[in-house]
Order: sequence, then C-alpha cells, then structure tokens
Amino acid sequence: MMSLGSRVSRVVAAAACVLAVPLRALDGQPGLHDPSTVIAENGKYYVYATGNGLPMSISDDGWTWRRAGSVMQAVPGGKPGPAVIARGGNNTWAPDVIRVGDKYFLYYAAPGTQPKAAIGLLVGKTLDPGSPDYTWEDAGPVAWSDGVEDSNAIDPGVFRDPTNGTLWLTYGSYFGYIRLVELNPKTGKRLYPDRKAVDVAINSEASIMIFRDGWYYLLVTHGSCCQGANSSYNIRMGRAKKVTGPFLDNMGVDMLQGGGKLFLGSAGRYIGPGHFGLLDLGDGVQKFSCHYEADLDRGGISVLDIRPLLWRDGWPVAGENAKGGTYAIESARTGTALELAVQGVPVGGFRGRGGRGAPAPAAPAPPPAPIPPQDASQVSANWPAGPGTARMAPYMLQAQQQWTITPVANAGGYPGSPFFKITIAGTDRTLAATPDRELAILPAFTGAPEQLWRIDQLADGTYRLMPKAVPNATEPLALSAVGSSMPTLAKFDPQGDRQRWNMRTP
Amino acid sequence: MARLVLMAAVCCAASAFAALAAEDQERAAAARPPAPSLTRPASPVKPAGADGFIQRWLLLDPIRVPGQLTEAAVRSAVEKDFPVMATPLPHDGDTLAVGGSELKWHAVDTTRYNVNLYHFAYALNKPTTNVLFWAVTVVNAPREMSGVRLAIGSNAASVWWVNDVEATALYNDRQAVIDDGVSKRLTLKAGANVVRAAIVNAGGATDFCARFLDANDRPITALTAALPAR
Repeated sequence: MMSLGSRVSRVVAAAACVLAVPLRALDGQPGLHDPSTVIAENGKYYVYATGNGLPMSISDDGWTWRRAGSVMQAVPGGKPGPAVIARGGNNTWAPDVIRVGDKYFLYYAAPGTQPKAAIGLLVGKTLDPGSPDYTWEDAGPVAWSDGVEDSNAIDPGVFRDPTNGTLWLTYGSYFGYIRLVELNPKTGKRLYPDRKAVDVAINSEASIMIFRDGWYYLLVTHGSCCQGANSSYNIRMGRAKKVTGPFLDNMGVDMLQGGGKLFLGSAGRYIGPGHFGLLDLGDGVQKFSCHYEADLDRGGISVLDIRPLLWRDGWPVAGENAKGGTYAIESARTGTALELAVQGVPVGGFRGRGGRGAPAPAAPAPPPAPIPPQDASQVSANWPAGPGTARMAPYMLQAQQQWTITPVANAGGYPGSPFFKITIAGTDRTLAATPDRELAILPAFTGAPEQLWRIDQLADGTYRLMPKAVPNATEPLALSAVGSSMPTLAKFDPQGDRQRWNMRTP
Repeated sequence: MARLVLMAAVCCAASAFAALAAEDQERAAAARPPAPSLTRPASPVKPAGADGFIQRWLLLDPIRVPGQLTEAAVRSAVEKDFPVMATPLPHDGDTLAVGGSELKWHAVDTTRYNVNLYHFAYALNKPTTNVLFWAVTVVNAPREMSGVRLAIGSNAASVWWVNDVEATALYNDRQAVIDDGVSKRLTLKAGANVVRAAIVNAGGATDFCARFLDANDRPITALTAALPAR
C-alpha cells in the first residue's frame, strides 16, 4: 500500500512533468541541416543530414532524437569513393535514403567547386548500427555535373513509383535545372547511363517526388538557405500526370519556368523550412519532415521537424502538430462533443424567455450584459468525486465539455510530438483508457500510459486520438464514436469517420 | 561603330576595376562554344512569344561590380558608378569605354522565355559573378496602349525603365520569377518604346525575363521587339 508521503511525491512529480516546458519542434538533439527522408526500420526512426561523413540521428519513437555518429564510419575508407570524388569532390551533403526490396540505397551530394558536383550511392542491408550486418558499400557516382552544363548535381531525392515499381532520382540546385533520371531498383544505379536526364524544374533545390491518386508531385525548396533567421527558404510544389512531367503549379506555371505553389514558408517560431520528406505511417496517416533554417526556440539553430501531411483539393498541405490548449473535442461523424457525464448547467444559468401578457415596460430595457464563459469551479460541486463516465452530447459550451490538452515531458512521444494529457479544463480530471477498451474520466492525472494520448492530424484535417497503451489490448486503439452519445475505443478504420475528431477552440 | 566613353562619376569605382581590364582581355582570347539559348537576330523584328515575353535585346558586356545586391548598392552602381542610362541608344557592335575596358553591345535573340545572361557572358569568356549587365530593346506597339504594366523577373537585382522613366526594380538575391516585379500602370506609345534594364548578379546563375501585361493582367502578345534604329 502506497504511503501518503510517496503518493504525494508521485503526484507532485507527475504535476512537475507537465509544468510549462515550451512545446518544441522535436525533443532531444534535433539540430541538423538538409535532412534525408525519415525512414523506419524495426520500430526505430533514422534520418541523415549534411555534414562530415553524413551525420546520422536515431529515435525510438520519432519524438526524441539522438545523434549516432555518421554513415561514413561504416564505409570502407571512411569517405566517398574515388570515382565520386573525381566527378565531384570530397564533401558529403544532403542525403536521401530508400528501402527497395532487402536493400537500402543512400544517395548523397559530393560537390567539388560548384556547379561541378556528383551524387554518390551507398548500399546497405540494415540501418541499425548495432547490427552485425551494418555496413555501407560505396557504389560510385550515379549522376554528376561537369561545372559547365546547366545543372549542379547536388540534393538527391529518390522516389519509387508505386504504380509500377520504377525507381527515380531527382537532383539539382539553383544553377540550371532540377533533373530526373531513372534508376535500377535492383542496384540503385542508373538504369540507362547513357540516356540524358529530363529537366523538370528551375530556381530551386532539395527536390523530391511523391505520388497520390494518379498525380506525381514534385516538391522543391525555393529561396535562400544557410543564413539563420535571414533565410528565405520555403517549400514549393507542382504536379504532373507522368513521372517525367511537366510539373505545373496551381496557376498553370511550369516548374521549368520557376513555377511552384507554396507548401510551407516561415511561420510561428520557425524560419526557413526546406528539404521536404514524406513519412507514411500507414492507415492513411502521413507526416512530412523538413528542417528549419532557424528555430527561434532553440537559439536560431537549424533543426529537424516532423509534422502532419494533409491533403486538400488535390494538393498537399502542411499540417501542424497538436498544441496545448483548450478545445471542444467533437466527433466528425456524429457532431456531438466529448464530455464528462454530469447534469449540465446552461451557460449563464437557467433562465426563461420571459412571460406573456405582461404590460409593455415604460422605457426599453438596457441590452443584457454579455455572459462570461462557464468555469468548472462554478458548476462542479455535484460532479462525482471519483471516476466519471465519458459521454457525447450536443456542444453547448459547458464546462464539462471543454478539454485542455497539455504536452507531457519525459513520457515519450510519436513522430513529431510528445504525448498529451487530456483534462476537463480548470480541473485535473483526466481522460483515460480502461482495460475493457472503454473510457473513464479519472479524478487526477498520475502519468500512467493509459492517461497519455497520441494526437495525429489526419489528411482531411480531423484528428485521431489514441491512448499510449490500453491494458490487455493486443492492437492499437483509437477514440471512437460508436453512437451519438457513446464514445469508446476501437481499432482505427482509415476509411470511416468514427475515429475522426475535430478539435475546436471553444 | 560609335565608341563612347562613360565617365564614372565616382573615380574610385573606375580605378578599382581598371586593374581587372587586362585580365578580362586575356580571358576573352580563349574561344568557347556559342551560348546555347541565344542566337544572332536575323529578322527585322521579333514578335513577343505566345506568352508575351520580349525576346530581342542588346546586351552590354558585363561590368565588374562589388556584387552587393541591396537597394543602396544597386542604385549606386546603376546611377552613380556606371550610369549607362545617360548614354545615347546603342546599336549592335557599338563599344563603350568603362573603367579602362572597351565593352561591346551584342544583339541577341533568346530561344526561351528568359534571357540567360550566364550563357551570354560565359560564351564570351567574360565574368558571370559580381557583374552588372545593361540591356536595351525597342518594343513596338501597334497602337497607343494605356493601363499596361511592365512585368519582369531577374536574377538577381535589377532596375527597369520604359521610355526613360523608371518602371520597376527588384533588390536582394533572388531567382528570376515570371511577373515578379511589376510597374504601375503606364502607357505604351503607338510605335517605338525604349525599354532599358540594369541587372546585377553576385554569384551563380543570372538571367531575366520581361513582358507587358494588359489592364486585366494578361500578357500582351501584339508587341514586337527590334534593335534601336541607326
């Protein structure tokens, strides 16, 4: 039996964990520049970046990152091979990585004196440096620019066409064209070494392609990098019906003439986003990665971020990770809002519309004063002292329907975000999963995993809410509306709307 | 061929670049393949393309400048140090003495929507970095057109004039974006209208594009470009 002292200290410790630490882009050591696509292997996430030997970062959950040496430490010779250096130079920038079959192909830029540069290829069997199979083999240059032609062969982006399994590389920077070449999916090298590259865009760098619903999207970065908060870096895009283009933006301007619809620019505390990468988590949940040239919350250094990827009118849209705040949590399916099951009190108290047949007043009454928001302390005297039931009801701005989500430090996370606690605003009553796959609203937050929530924004802008763990559950479960008045936990169905929620600021 | 001497208003600017004149002449001696996107004009006029871009220009050999792209630095280079605007309209092959170098005007047609100044300078074995380019053309309008705008893009900074009145300018490092800098409404005379531009590049690629937009912001295609008449 827990002593009072240890119980108090546990509650204090739990409370301390949620005291305001500003919600950063990512946790741990996210400082890097020109990230590769973020890639997962056996539950861990890996990202590679510009720097001596291609620095590598690893995360167990996609939220807290740690530096883990460099890729070239596992390459015999410790640097790009002689053929790569001859075509470019002894530098290692802006890698990208992909898994094809049982191999990993890692492409990187090896510029000499730009625009003389080369894209080198490394081939490996595992990303895990702790594995006995961990090694990267130099496979030579796959594309290059000779310093005179209209291209600067840096910033590789590798893409597998899901419609037919073909493999492609885009590359290039501000000097001349972004170019596209086809690769051999078995080797990662050029499929047609003598075939000319296809020019697909100009005035940009950090290109990469993604595919959705019959469209190929070319995402690139415009603007200036590498000047901290003075960087104008921004991510832009065009789309085409064929992998070879032409890629047009939303105004019909070809990316070969500098077109590009804005995907993401500077905003909030982050200046200069660039180097888009797609992280597809399955079940229709997609994130994107990028770096910011300057994260003002981290002293203006360049950092990795991972954020939701939304889709609207056939174009990708940059979503935002959930932020702490107070919200109504409304089912996208039923239109009713999550609440603590108590007798609600109308905001402003019970009042009628006034009697009939009374004589008209001598002078018009003054307009009524505005009614302040309902505070939980005003109406919670009759709320249960112990655990309460979760219910859904028409939203009427009442206190038991308003939820504060708060990021929890040192409790882990998921790609892009820490876990949150979800409490009735103004109280510590916390939403929790129960062993029978239902919900309860507990009187106080203790930090147990069933009280921690993962909040992912889905492609249509609604949210999926999942407890970190459900006792006895064998599969991941999400907050679900089984009927208009009844929330529960159920397996996430990407095709339906039972597990989709709007988080509305009240 | 007319030869003109441009007296730099700031003498130190001239002397700073005189030392580079010899190097420029040496460089010019080595031959390079012709610019891939430029041809010598062969027809009397060049109609604006389907998207309205002006594709015939006289380009002056590049002038060495410090490569600063701020408004103050660009205006100093264009108005004080190398005010080519003050010189008479040039013709193909004319030369201009600038800071100890003989610079030549070259007539070009571009095969693209933009004029690739990197291709232009590189083919002539001239510098492409930290340079100022001057460009001139004569745009012929079939009738007086009012309420039109000059719309340009440039890599990097640039200043533009239509009939000797400044129309628009762009500063700071940038790529050439179609319809990036746009003038206030102006009137094109029936017949000849002189368009001049000064483009400053720091490093890397350098190019520009220019067209006129009508009152509905649509490109005007009924224009032709020609070289200044002798």
